[in-house]
Amino acid sequence: MKRDRIIGAVLLVVALSAILGLALIAVFIFREGVPIILRVGARKFFLSTDWEPSLGHFGILSLMAGSLVVTVGAAVIGLVFSLGLAIVLTQFSPPGLAAAAKPLIELLAGIPSVVYGFVGVVTLVPLIRHFLGGPGLSVLAASIVLGVMILPTITSIAIDALQAVPRSYLEGSIALGATRWQTVTMVLLRAARSGLVAAVILGMGRAIGETMAVIMVAGNALAVPHSLLDPVRTLTSNIALEMGYASGDHRQALFATGVTLFVIITLLNTAALAASRRRAGRRRAK
Amino acid sequence: MRFLASPRFALRALLAASSLVPLCAGCPRTSGQSVSLLGSTSIQPFAELLAERYAKKYPGKFVEVQGGGSTAGLQAAASGLVDIGMCSRSLTDKESRVFTPILIARDGLAIVVNLDNPVTKLSLAQLRALFAGQITNWQEVGGKDGPIWPITREEGSGTRESFVRLVMGNERISRRALTQESNGAVKELVKGDAATIGYMSLGLVGKDLKPLAVEGIPPTVENVLAARYHLVRPLLFVTKGAGNPAAQGFVDFVLSPEGQSLLATEGLVRVQ
Repeated sequence: MKRDRIIGAVLLVVALSAILGLALIAVFIFREGVPIILRVGARKFFLSTDWEPSLGHFGILSLMAGSLVVTVGAAVIGLVFSLGLAIVLTQFSPPGLAAAAKPLIELLAGIPSVVYGFVGVVTLVPLIRHFLGGPGLSVLAASIVLGVMILPTITSIAIDALQAVPRSYLEGSIALGATRWQTVTMVLLRAARSGLVAAVILGMGRAIGETMAVIMVAGNALAVPHSLLDPVRTLTSNIALEMGYASGDHRQALFATGVTLFVIITLLNTAALAASRRRAGRRRAK
Repeated sequence: MRFLASPRFALRALLAASSLVPLCAGCPRTSGQSVSLLGSTSIQPFAELLAERYAKKYPGKFVEVQGGGSTAGLQAAASGLVDIGMCSRSLTDKESRVFTPILIARDGLAIVVNLDNPVTKLSLAQLRALFAGQITNWQEVGGKDGPIWPITREEGSGTRESFVRLVMGNERISRRALTQESNGAVKELVKGDAATIGYMSLGLVGKDLKPLAVEGIPPTVENVLAARYHLVRPLLFVTKGAGNPAAQGFVDFVLSPEGQSLLATEGLVRVQ
């Protein structure tokens, strides 16, 4: 009994130290980043597209726009393929295939991002350059690479959401004479909607934070992209590109970029949590 | 929770912990016979070559070379993390008060395009307008009809700062310019895309890219040596204070006739 309590206390300390680490990181980046936002002026920092640290211009609007388009692009690609996969694996495939396919999809999450980036640069970028034009390094290339990278996240959460739909709903729908496809679109997807939303939001959180693969395929131009074939620079790639060199105000401005990213990702995760809570709450009410 | 206290768990934890130890084998050592360098990715390949030759000539001595960029090299040298910082641009006034620069070679800054690009020369004014985004079609400078995609390096790169100082003056590099974080990445991109134009160390151009003549003068070692070619920058080793005696040994080797002729055969311009 006593040993149990000691081990319990040890584990509590370990768990708390992880949270403490997170808190320290948050405090550190806010302390480094917030002063420059105040000094430059929040309006100038967030609403100017002029990023030229050597001249003292710190406007991150084009970087935020870059992160946004790339993330939305990735979410669209990720959603289409993941939802298709999740529906097929839960409804239309023999159980053996689903059992074999799910771990394989999750394996995709274990591939280092630099490998995705490298494959993107070597195969995808020349294809885009050759068939669609532009320099190849583009919003489109980054969206596709990120879309594939977040596929495992979205797919496995979507599968869980679909499997959580009570069997009685499906049986009821079939009993009323609906076909399997009608059951999927009219009952299954609706019942699982909030879980699917959570899946996509978590996928977006992963996409917006991804760095290495994006640096390699996005082209990193500072201008706001006008088409899917234009190069783009995201918040994360801006930090990674310039952190090694930065000092003084420039360094602080990069931390401020990190603060922005931190807030965006926290908001996304909170939204995902809220979406999945709503689902759980509704089911309990029934 | 019993498993936590079992000897097997303890053994595993010990194994896991010990597997972390060799991770630090690659950390820079700053003592004894070992010399560490960090900085410009333009100097890095040459420094690696010199390090290899040096270690072969004096068995038992080690030189470790890492990239990271000129400014990172200066910071690392300032904090004492490495013995020598590598910097591929002139030091600013503030920096030259802190560091002792050692000129190891001069380097031409080559303007490179794809082999399929018919353009062979540009004037400095054309080059400036092109990177500033005022000239956007290859037709305007004697090439085929098509957009120009200038490739620049990231903020803080020594190559970029040299390019800005030598070519851009007060003009700013276009915001449309693609940004790549190493000479290698610029090289790959220019090699694969006829619409691009980039800049890099003359010694790194190789056979896959076409260096352009600037103001009618082709970027050859002879032209750089004779000060005819316009775009020339210093390659520096910087140290802070007296430093590590082993580092001095390596610097002496780099400045010796042997080290200098090695750099010359690799396409740099000797200073001794």
